[in-house]
Amino acid sequence: MTNEALQNLISSWIPELEFTEEKSQFLNITVQPEQLHQLMTQLKSNPDTNFDYLYCLSGVDWGKELGVVYHLESTTHRHQIVVKVKTEDRENPTFDTVCNIWYTAEFHEREVFDFFGIQFNNHPNLKRLFLTEEWDGFPLRKDYVDEINMVIK
Amino acid sequence: MDTTITNNFKTEEYQINMGPQHPATHGVLRLLLTIDGEIIKRVEPDLGYIHRSIEKMCERDSYQQIVHLTDRMDYLSSHINNEAVCLTVENALQLEIPERVKVIRTIIAELTRIASHTLWWGVMGMDVGALTTYFYGFRDREMINDIFEETCGARLTMNYNIPGGLMFDIHPNFVKRTKEFIAHFKTKLPEYDLLLSNNVIFRKRMEGIGILTKEDAISFGASGPVGRASGYSCDVRKHHSYSAYDKVKFNEVLKTEGDTYARYQVRVLEMWESLSIIEQLIDNIPEGDFFAKTNAVIKLPEGEFYQKVETARGELGVYIVSTGTKNPYRMKFRSPGFSNLSLLNHIAVGGKIGDLVATMATLDLVIPDIDR
Repeated sequence: MTNEALQNLISSWIPELEFTEEKSQFLNITVQPEQLHQLMTQLKSNPDTNFDYLYCLSGVDWGKELGVVYHLESTTHRHQIVVKVKTEDRENPTFDTVCNIWYTAEFHEREVFDFFGIQFNNHPNLKRLFLTEEWDGFPLRKDYVDEINMVIK
Repeated sequence: MDTTITNNFKTEEYQINMGPQHPATHGVLRLLLTIDGEIIKRVEPDLGYIHRSIEKMCERDSYQQIVHLTDRMDYLSSHINNEAVCLTVENALQLEIPERVKVIRTIIAELTRIASHTLWWGVMGMDVGALTTYFYGFRDREMINDIFEETCGARLTMNYNIPGGLMFDIHPNFVKRTKEFIAHFKTKLPEYDLLLSNNVIFRKRMEGIGILTKEDAISFGASGPVGRASGYSCDVRKHHSYSAYDKVKFNEVLKTEGDTYARYQVRVLEMWESLSIIEQLIDNIPEGDFFAKTNAVIKLPEGEFYQKVETARGELGVYIVSTGTKNPYRMKFRSPGFSNLSLLNHIAVGGKIGDLVATMATLDLVIPDIDR
């Protein structure tokens, strides 16, 4: 499917999505946290989109907002798409988990939780993956400060 | 078995550590095993023993410096890791790369793949108790390392790629020695089959354990030989061709069994394909520059860039968020080992501890690739 056809189809499911192809090689969708799980389920299960391969799940700190970027590909149609979800709540950022849709998300979401402190609802085993349980703070956030171990320019 | 006997020998679950210093984990990885007798009930990997926070360091470094850090992820695919970052930067700058660079990169990437697979093959045999394979594997890998040493100046962490091209031109001996290696390896690769692949004991040990279905492989994000052994066509070189892979003919090795032996076979057969790719290119290296001019300070345009490449272990993705400065705002590496490790629990449960060692060996984990 072309990006245009994808956009037409996906926007018919949920009207409030934001689409953009600017400054990226993929079609980007920004979704509200409440609609994330519904959108992801449909992207995977709809036979026309069939995004069955979640190849990258990254946390990003945009300064004001925290969010997660999902890179998706369909192994049958070979089209790709990027889904973004953002929140301004830096105290308690929470999204729904997608690890019941793609198993790979279980580890990736734990990594995001470890480094960005983003919580995932309904995740079966959400705890730190790389760092120790008693680690203070979330190192990949932009406002993280560690005066001993970090070289700050 | 008679039920009364079973009841008399009632067992209970308990937990045991495998690693962090266990020879079969090939690095500092701790597996927390929940077992009932010999039967595995749950495998929980504990990571982070050698995490160096490369992604955070990248936010501080220039794009030329980042290339050096990627050597230290999957150190057996260091050239391909370098290539991934360089390709991302070059695509973002829309830089035209000389054909010569593309061909040399492809040849060295395939040599890297063979070097990685020979090491894996040697260690794989050793994991299941065949020490001889280790010496066979290292003997052949040594020849490739010598070629690298001559051209790149290093044997493991090559640093041969820079954004825009290569650090130096190939050594005058490169073509000759590569051809010597191909001739040598073509006589040795059948020995691999004689020694291990067709060995009855080895096959009985490997077949039918650690089975991964195609659906699960896709869902777990398996890539590389792990995915292809389950019949999942996931070769990045085929589906998202880069460098000179569109100019060569090669087969994507696919197996449908999805067990440990299928993963083993895929890697051995892939070495033949890599040899064929190098043979097609080695006599046709175009003349010309070995780099395209870039600014001394590379600033990527504002935006997001993603590039995937096929390392010896599978799909490596590089995701850069740039704000237009000389450092990336956010850099993420999607490493193949990370996703391949995540499916270990799924395929090991119900098997024996001994089988876990064989299963893990065919996942070909490199721990620094997981602990980036």
